[in-house]
Amino acid sequence: MAQNTGFKSVALSRRAFLATSGGVSIAVAFGGLGSNALAQGAAALKPNAWVTIGGDGIVTIMAPAAEMGQGVMTALPAVLADELDADWSKVRVVQSPGDMKNFGNPGFGGLQATGGSRTTQSYFQPLRLAGAQARKVLVATAATAWKVPESEITTEPGMAVHGKTKRKMGYGELAKRAKLGADLPKVADSDLKPMAQWRFIGKDVPRVDMAAKVNGSAVFGIDVQLPGMVYAAILRPPVQGEKPLKVDDAAAKAVKGVTHVIALPYGVAVIGTTVEATQKAKAALKVEWSKSAPARSYDSEKLAEEYLAIARDEKKESVVAVKHGDPVAAIAGAAKVVSGEYVTDHVAHATMEPMNATAKFADGKFEVWAPTQASGLIQVVGAHVFKTTPDKITVHTTFLGGGFGRRFELDFAFDAMGLAMATAGKPVKVIWSREDDIANDKFRPLAAQTIKIGLDAQGNIVGWHHRMVGESIFARAIPDAFKAAKGRDASFDDGAELIYDVPAHQIDYLRQERGVEVGFWRAVGAGYTKFAIETMIDELARERKMDPVAYRLELLKKNPRATAVVKAAAEMAGWGKPREGRMLGIAYADFGPELPIDSPMRNHCAQVVEISLNRASGEIRVHNVWCAVDPGIAVQPNIITAQIESAVIYGVSHALFETITIKGGEVQQANFDTYRVLRQEEAPDIHVKIMPSLKDPPSGIGEVGLPPIAPAIANAIASATGAKLRRLPMSAERVRAALKT
Amino acid sequence: MTAFTINGRRVDVKADDDTPLLWVVREHLKLTGTKFGCGVAQCGACTVHVNGEPTRSCVTSLGDVKGKQVTTIEGLSPNSSHPLQKAWVAEQVPQCGYCQSGQIMTAAALLKKNKKPTRAEIKAHMNGNICRCGTYGRIVRAVERAAKEG
Repeated sequence: MAQNTGFKSVALSRRAFLATSGGVSIAVAFGGLGSNALAQGAAALKPNAWVTIGGDGIVTIMAPAAEMGQGVMTALPAVLADELDADWSKVRVVQSPGDMKNFGNPGFGGLQATGGSRTTQSYFQPLRLAGAQARKVLVATAATAWKVPESEITTEPGMAVHGKTKRKMGYGELAKRAKLGADLPKVADSDLKPMAQWRFIGKDVPRVDMAAKVNGSAVFGIDVQLPGMVYAAILRPPVQGEKPLKVDDAAAKAVKGVTHVIALPYGVAVIGTTVEATQKAKAALKVEWSKSAPARSYDSEKLAEEYLAIARDEKKESVVAVKHGDPVAAIAGAAKVVSGEYVTDHVAHATMEPMNATAKFADGKFEVWAPTQASGLIQVVGAHVFKTTPDKITVHTTFLGGGFGRRFELDFAFDAMGLAMATAGKPVKVIWSREDDIANDKFRPLAAQTIKIGLDAQGNIVGWHHRMVGESIFARAIPDAFKAAKGRDASFDDGAELIYDVPAHQIDYLRQERGVEVGFWRAVGAGYTKFAIETMIDELARERKMDPVAYRLELLKKNPRATAVVKAAAEMAGWGKPREGRMLGIAYADFGPELPIDSPMRNHCAQVVEISLNRASGEIRVHNVWCAVDPGIAVQPNIITAQIESAVIYGVSHALFETITIKGGEVQQANFDTYRVLRQEEAPDIHVKIMPSLKDPPSGIGEVGLPPIAPAIANAIASATGAKLRRLPMSAERVRAALKT
Repeated sequence: MTAFTINGRRVDVKADDDTPLLWVVREHLKLTGTKFGCGVAQCGACTVHVNGEPTRSCVTSLGDVKGKQVTTIEGLSPNSSHPLQKAWVAEQVPQCGYCQSGQIMTAAALLKKNKKPTRAEIKAHMNGNICRCGTYGRIVRAVERAAKEG
């Protein structure tokens, strides 16, 4: 695959970074604070790459990460503004350019990318330092102006203050007077404000993207308009991996406005002067496709059974992803063994904005406008694919109409870049249809799992053996990291390592290669590993005849943060209080991809669901969800609440409805009429309690709210009916079947 | 050439009559607040008003609106002053924001006919508009707020 080589340095450096970096070294490894490389404007001060202070006092802050709804365009600048002591009403936020040197994500080894809950946690400290550095410049300027020592100067929002002489000077005036030397003032953690003085961190500031998102002016990728721009649509094969053999484009070329029909290795593109022309022409193409792709034999229903059989067969060789103690021996000698088998279907991202991108190619340089989570990857991998260098690829990140991991992929951007080479310098906007978007998604892997648990005579866990089977995400997306990890896919098994106090535990991975590409879907592996683990925990509680909340608390007693959220969610829900016609279930998840299980950067979320069940139809209705979440430092509480609400809705949708089935390699779903997602009338009321842990660093919050919801629903059904739901989605049909057994 | 009125302005569009109104609005007239989500009237992201009625512009053709009044999110109010737009900000509804033009246009049609809708009426009316970010709860609260604060 052409993508592989380009990713190499990135993948390895990310791992190296995670292995070696501590809090302070993040700032060292991070660009943008070292030198005054960018010229200072006449009336504007630019103390570092992150911030510009105008003579009018307007503070412009760069937002380095992709805004896909998760609020980073507000939360990150608020962190910088806090240390700078900016007046928020005078803060303007702009999306940073693709510039890895200055704005790369330390959580991805400096690659400019947004995902994996690595944004807030990774940029937090560097942005504080950037704010503190800018503030130092202003304070020094005030000290010079007033001829007083810097130590006597304090700041209030937007101004420097000399208390002794009661003098004040606004940041605008200071910016006009400031003189920057070649070296910027050095900043260290000791320069940062104590928590008690935070003005924006931990308090809500209004989101900076609201105004544009209620009047239609927000520019998403699909909204990009450029002079001379043309449009493109691409017909893709019915089975992933097939190629066009013969193209009859006579009818397509006859459509008014069509300028090009181009056969690509993965489809046939139509370029034209209007969207409608490209759509008509695409429909008029007659293509004979190859019939040799490995995915041709892909049948998701049959594979589900096959994968389970593979998981069951302990003689099959596996990659041992995690091993603590010897659970296999412990289980062999156990007084009792409890086990469960799980299958979770493929699911699609179905972002509201279908895949699209716009690109221009002129004078050997690309300019790309894309709703992307990974502008840095477009540069690095794009350079390899299009045989150029990253500096010749400029990426403008627009607003993203949803991401959820889908926009970490590069396919849509490369569509536009490739076609831009055919349009003689004219920008080309490629728009996928919804049908293309669903059928050509990088689905969450179809996963089969078995969990076997050995208990002693008193019912205590002596060993826990978790086996999982499915296509690898890392093997395709970051093959070098996959190789370096000796075949472990930390994304696939994410969430499987137990925070529960279990003496011996092992996770086996049995990778499959069946020809259908899988990708990062919100919370990735934790979306199914926690489903299996948390339903087994409830089952163990029943074995012990213990309340599931009490049982979790017993297994989590060494972890105060986990304990606190479980207790809080139960209390919020009125756990134990029966209610007519409704059932309660609980589940808990810790989250932090590739972070050690005891890392303070992992976050914690417990959820209690209140559901009802129509026993005749098998339909489950979720009425209420109570969520307690510990994000570490809560940078922006309202945004955290919104993210938990979001993850719950996305989670309920996939727990009850969402499924991609593939027959003979052909995806059976096409649009929202066949790919059912949760709608307004089916949405539960969601009650969120944030329980910040102030001694711990902030964590990314977009994902932790998802893993608990499906097992909480299944647990509610199991406690009320005894029916074990071990397949996602828990469709009405499957629930009916489970109720009968 | 097909003539109609959009946001109070008369326009003549040079496109085939069977061109979806969505693409006329977005790419011919450059009013990109109206969004493409599905193309088959399943998601509501493309909702506009045609002669005051909420309409899926992805399945409405240019010929269908000849001589009619079309209103898009850009024309809902001159300066984001519509009670729903204010309520949307007050409740901090949008996340990614992509579906919100359609949500607001759908809600605006409800409030025009039903000044004080119940929660169930709001949810039923808004059921055709998908939001993948899960802002459903905040949408209901914002419609309730707009109905109350007018």
